[in-house]
Amino acid sequence: MPTSQDMLFRTLADPTRRAIFERLCREGEKTVGALTARAGVSQPAVSKHLGVLKEAGLVRDRHEGRQTHYSAQLGALAPLIDWTSQMTSFWQNRFDQLEDLLKRMDQ
Amino acid sequence: MSEGETLSVIVEREMPFPPDRVWRALTQPHLIEEWLMKNDFVPVEGHRFTLRAEPQPNWTGVIDCEVVTVEPNKVLSYKWGALGVDSVVTLTLTPTPAGTHLRVEHAGFRPDRPQNYQGARYGWRKFLASLEQVLARTD
Repeated sequence: MPTSQDMLFRTLADPTRRAIFERLCREGEKTVGALTARAGVSQPAVSKHLGVLKEAGLVRDRHEGRQTHYSAQLGALAPLIDWTSQMTSFWQNRFDQLEDLLKRMDQ
Repeated sequence: MSEGETLSVIVEREMPFPPDRVWRALTQPHLIEEWLMKNDFVPVEGHRFTLRAEPQPNWTGVIDCEVVTVEPNKVLSYKWGALGVDSVVTLTLTPTPAGTHLRVEHAGFRPDRPQNYQGARYGWRKFLASLEQVLARTD
């Protein structure tokens, strides 16, 4: 789990990469060409980002003729969602202990 | 801090004690140990320290930290490095009639590049919320 969280963080920390991933989530399967059309970055750059996303398990590619279609793999995000819920309960728990301590402390 | 740049967790609570008392609990090592973890904290900006949790099978339990901001009775923040992920913890104290409003923001990471892609319009929180909805639908 820690390793996969770490990789997801690094992969999605880049706003361009995150935006490409978001688009695949919202709009479904796309080719590199379709993703580049609205990207504001070059096709090789988009391809490189897709390669990193694929390595992290966040996208899957499907070859059809000369085209490659990419789709989002939402299940790969589970560790990221886990991180936010883990850290939220961690701090809530620590605040409980802090409040106990404050009651016991001298003025 | 722009919401679109950072993934963060925020927990807030009203504590029925004055800010200076809360501040002591946040900054004195023997008190920090009682509510957070074993530590060698010193409230000096730039000071490096460690927080030590119980070791786990795949983790030493050591968190490498560095003090970023010390504003007595107001703001304390430190870098928090664990498991290869660098994050920042910011504790903010605000006096209230009943005591102190304490807020912790734990920012998962902050990308170092500007937003350079038109599609990147969702902040992290919205992004995760919308993904959770998508995940719920696909079950």
